[in-house]
Amino acid sequence: MNKVVSGADEAIHDIQDGMTLMLGGFGLCGLPEKCIAALVKKGVKNLTCISNNAGVDDFGIGLMLKQRQVKKMISSYVGENAEFERQLLSGELEVELIPQGTLATRCMAAGYGMPAIFTPAGIGTEVAIGKEVRNFNGKDYLMEMAFSADFAIVKAWKGDTMGNLVYRSTARNFNPVMAMAGKVTIAEVEELVEPGELDPDHIHTPGIYVHRIFKGENYEKRIEQRTVRKRDHA
Amino acid sequence: MLDKEGIAKRIAKEIKDGYYVNLGIGIPTLVANYIPEGMDVVLQSENGLLGMGPFPLEGEEDPDMINAGKQTITTLPGSAIFDSAMSFGMIRAKKVNLTILGAMEVSENGDIANWKIPGKMVKGMGGAMDLVASADNIIVAMQHVNKAGESKLLSKCSLPLTGVHCVKKIVTELGVLDVLPEGGFKLLERAPGVSVEEIKAATAGKLIIEGEIPEMAL
Repeated sequence: MNKVVSGADEAIHDIQDGMTLMLGGFGLCGLPEKCIAALVKKGVKNLTCISNNAGVDDFGIGLMLKQRQVKKMISSYVGENAEFERQLLSGELEVELIPQGTLATRCMAAGYGMPAIFTPAGIGTEVAIGKEVRNFNGKDYLMEMAFSADFAIVKAWKGDTMGNLVYRSTARNFNPVMAMAGKVTIAEVEELVEPGELDPDHIHTPGIYVHRIFKGENYEKRIEQRTVRKRDHA
Repeated sequence: MLDKEGIAKRIAKEIKDGYYVNLGIGIPTLVANYIPEGMDVVLQSENGLLGMGPFPLEGEEDPDMINAGKQTITTLPGSAIFDSAMSFGMIRAKKVNLTILGAMEVSENGDIANWKIPGKMVKGMGGAMDLVASADNIIVAMQHVNKAGESKLLSKCSLPLTGVHCVKKIVTELGVLDVLPEGGFKLLERAPGVSVEEIKAATAGKLIIEGEIPEMAL
């Protein structure tokens, strides 16, 4: 059950034009930055990307947008990217904005083998247009379909060679639910260890969901909003 | 009239001991600064954290530890981290007691619009649609009028909706208003130095005024 590949280039080698990808991360936190760099280098095009955000102009999925590799984005919030906004308003880029919880739960449904979920999010709004509404106990819910993605690309803190993953802090975010949802799941990790080195009680994503794993070098981990308290020098 | 800090300070009085609270971006974030000392309150950040602590000290920022506004933050003793699906699971299951968020428009039947201005701004709804669709207790923190001087408390929202029949209370720089289940903004309190007439002039939707309206105590 050794899932280890040599690096990002090998991990994404069979991603083809027109495929649907899930990319973990919230803003720039917990982003699979090594695989994104490899996708930019490979130049694969017409991608549909499912990711909570669209990166910033010069980092994250923003790098793929700049090269016009993305045909469609499925996201909940895309506010921090000027090039994204330009492509969207000019009609070059197709965008489907969906509620954040709906995004996460459509991933979860795929990973749990459920075809659809019911959520109240979006009832009475343009998100509900064309979707089936069901009433349960007097309240309306939208039926939202499980995602289907050719590849899910996630970033974890630690992983073992069998693909078991552990995330760190809020870099967990969408990564565990996306890891469960890809037809093929690629995990990039900061530390790659041998089986037995991770406590089975502490595994967030069991290796059965992960097909390829590699250790990324020199993570940049850019901070989007650096907010601090001043030190008291008294 | 209240400034942003004043609005946050007034909203903080709505928080009760033992509450789990989700604070949106903008004025709602400031509410954290005014939670009374000794009150047991846990802040939820929808990117996957319960027990949001203050900003880190300079030099201790951790890129893996952010809030839903993408700001670097810290945890507290007793904090818990989870994935995005669980985060919205606890919101949908009404485990979060109070949601405070900003708005561009609120209508007299409790509809809210805060995610899109057609042709101009497309940032997305983030977690707002999930929050307003599920939470029983929603307070909106916003300015009473927009930059063009037009009321944001309307009979009907003109912008694309985030949710329907969901806002229970609004705190603005001018006052505190309940949104009644049968429709209408019921004026509860005036901000310091603000007259009922000023609030009337700034409210386009149905305003309900019963008896003397007290000035708020901060």
